[in-house]
Amino acid sequence: MPGFELGEEYRDLVEMVRDFADQVVAPVAARHDAEHSFPYDVVRQMGELGLFGLPFPEEWGGQGGDFFALALALEQLGRVDQSVAITLEAAVCLGAMPLYRFGSQEQKERWLPQLVSGQALAGFGLTEPGAGTDAGATRTTARLEDGQWVINGTKEFITNSGTDITELVTVTAVTGTATAADGSTRKEISTFLVPAGTPGFRAERAYDKVGWRASDTHPLTLAGVRVPEGNLLGERGRGYANFLATLDEGRIAIAALATGAAQGCVDEAVRYAKTRTAFGAAIGTYQGIQFRIARMQVRAHTARLAYYAAAERMLAGRPFKTEAAMAKLVAGEAAMDNARDATQVFGGYGFINETAVARHYRDSKILEIGEGTTEVQLMLIARGLGL
Amino acid sequence: MKIVVLMKQVPDTYGERRLDTQTGRVDRGSSEAIVDEISERALEVALRYKDSHKGTHVTVLTMGPASANAALRKGLSMGADAAIHVLDDALVGADMGQTAAVLAAALPRNEYDLVIAGNESTDGRGGAVPAMLAEHLNLPHLSFLDSVELSVGEVSGERVSEYGSLDVRAPLPAVVSITERAAEARFPNFKGIMTAKRKPLSVVSLAELGLGPAEALAGARSVVLCASARPARAAGTKIVDEGNAGEQLAEFLAANRLI
Repeated sequence: MPGFELGEEYRDLVEMVRDFADQVVAPVAARHDAEHSFPYDVVRQMGELGLFGLPFPEEWGGQGGDFFALALALEQLGRVDQSVAITLEAAVCLGAMPLYRFGSQEQKERWLPQLVSGQALAGFGLTEPGAGTDAGATRTTARLEDGQWVINGTKEFITNSGTDITELVTVTAVTGTATAADGSTRKEISTFLVPAGTPGFRAERAYDKVGWRASDTHPLTLAGVRVPEGNLLGERGRGYANFLATLDEGRIAIAALATGAAQGCVDEAVRYAKTRTAFGAAIGTYQGIQFRIARMQVRAHTARLAYYAAAERMLAGRPFKTEAAMAKLVAGEAAMDNARDATQVFGGYGFINETAVARHYRDSKILEIGEGTTEVQLMLIARGLGL
Repeated sequence: MKIVVLMKQVPDTYGERRLDTQTGRVDRGSSEAIVDEISERALEVALRYKDSHKGTHVTVLTMGPASANAALRKGLSMGADAAIHVLDDALVGADMGQTAAVLAAALPRNEYDLVIAGNESTDGRGGAVPAMLAEHLNLPHLSFLDSVELSVGEVSGERVSEYGSLDVRAPLPAVVSITERAAEARFPNFKGIMTAKRKPLSVVSLAELGLGPAEALAGARSVVLCASARPARAAGTKIVDEGNAGEQLAEFLAANRLI
C-alpha cells in the first residue's frame, strides 16, 4: 500500500524549514509586502540553508535531495510568506532547473553553482504581452548574425528578473519556421541565456502587484540584444517543448506552495478563533466558525495529498502530467478559498493589510493564474481523459 | 580540539507544560519534545570554532528517554560529528546529582578538551549539572559565560552579573556553561540532515558505562516530596481613576514591596 508518512529526513527538513519560516521569514513578511521590497537578507539565509540547492546533486553544489524535498520546503515557506516561497520556486524550477537539465557542461559550469547556492538568481522569460497560456504566439525573435544571436522582443511578468543578484534570464524566442511531417508549418521556438547587464536587455520598472509584492517581477525589453552563439540553451527548436516539461514539475511546486498558503490560513484562523471573544465566548466555540475552519482544514489536507501523489509519480518516473494539473488546481483553489474564509473569521482585522490573512487574501489569487491558469489545468485533465 | 556538548530534550515552552502530580516528574506527553534552545547555543559555540579550525571534533551527549534520539539527530544535522545517548530505564526520574555522575561516566575517556553546556535547562531549571560534572571530572569550571573564546590549551569568556562583568579563563581540559546571550544557533541544512544519518550515534546503558543501577541511583540527593498543579490565576487588583489613581498605584506597589 502506498503511504504518505514522511521519512525521517523529510520530516527533519520540514521541521528545519518550518522553524526558519517562523523565526526568520514571518517577522519581516508584512514589512516587505508593504514596501514592495525584495527580502535580500532572507534570501541570503535561504541560500546558506541550502534551499536553492535542494533538488540538485552535490557535484554542482546542491544538497543532493530531490524535487519532493523542494516541494516540502515550499509548503513551509508558503505558509507564512508566499512572496518568499515563489522567489525560491521560480529560482529553482524556472531559473536553475532548465540550465541543469538542458545546459551544456560549459553553460552549467559558468552559471549553475551560483544559482544552486542562492547567491545569484535566474529568471525565465516565456510570457509576452500577447502570449501567455498560448505560448506558441511568441513574437520575440532571435536571428543568427556573425556568430551571435540577436534577440528582439518584450517579455511580461518575469519573476526574479531584476534583483541586484539576478545574473541571468532565460528567454524563449522564435528562430524560424518548422515544417511538420504533414507539411503544416509552425514557429520554431528556441531558448537563450541572456546575462543580466547585456546591452539592450532591460528589466523595466517593477509592477505594482495585488499580491506577491515582495517577489521581484518585471516586464523585460530586449532591443538588439546580442549573445554568443553558445548561449543557445538546449537544442535549437526545442525551446517550447523543453519548457513544457519544466512546467509540469513547476505545477507540483506551485501546488506545494499553495498547500502551505491554505494551511497558513487554517493555522491563523484557529489561533484567532481561540482568542477572539464575542457574546461572552471565544468565537471558536461557535459552530458557525468551527465548520468554516473544518472545511478549510479539509481543503489544505486534500491539496497536500494531491501534491504528494503527483510528486510520488514524478519521482517514480511515471507519467504525472494529469496528477500535477489536478494538484495545482486543487491547491490553488484551496489557498484562495481558505484565504477568503480566514479573512471572514478575522472580520475587520482580516481587511488590514498587515495581518497574515489579508496578505494571503491578496497573494492567493495568482495561484489560480500563474504556472497555468485553472482553465489550463482543466484542459490538461480533460485531455488526460481522452476528451 | 575535541569538544563535547551536553544536549537536553525538553518540553516545548510554547506548549502547555505539565507535571505529573503523582510522580512529580515532567509529563512528557503533554507537549512536543524539542531540543532545549540553550543546548543548541552551546553546540553553536562548538561549531563556530569547528568552522574556523579544521580537525575539530564535536560530540553531542545526552541522557534521556528513547525520544531524546531526535535531539542528538538534530545536533548531528547541525554539524556535530558524533553522538552518545545514555539510555536506561533505571534513569527515569534521575536527579541532577545522578545525571552529572552518569554524564561524567559517559564522557569518552580522556578524549575531550572541553565540555560545553547550557547554564540551565528550561524544564528542570536546576542549573547545577555543569558544575557537578566538573566536580566529578575534577576539572576547572567556567559558569554562565556570555561569550566563549577558545585557544590552544585555554578557554576564556565573559561572565556578566548585575554587579559587573568578569573575564575568566581556565586551562583545558575544562567545563563551561553558557547563557542565552551566547551564540545564536544555526539551522541545520538539508545536506546536514542527510549526512547526520551516516554519523556515529552510540546508545549506551548504565551497565555499559560500568555503573550498576544501584550505584547510579544511590546518590539520589533530592527527593520530590509533593507536586501540585499551579493554582489558577486569580483576578488582579483594578484601580479606577477617581482622581487618586496615582496614589493608589503607589500604595499597591509599596504594599507588595515592588518599590
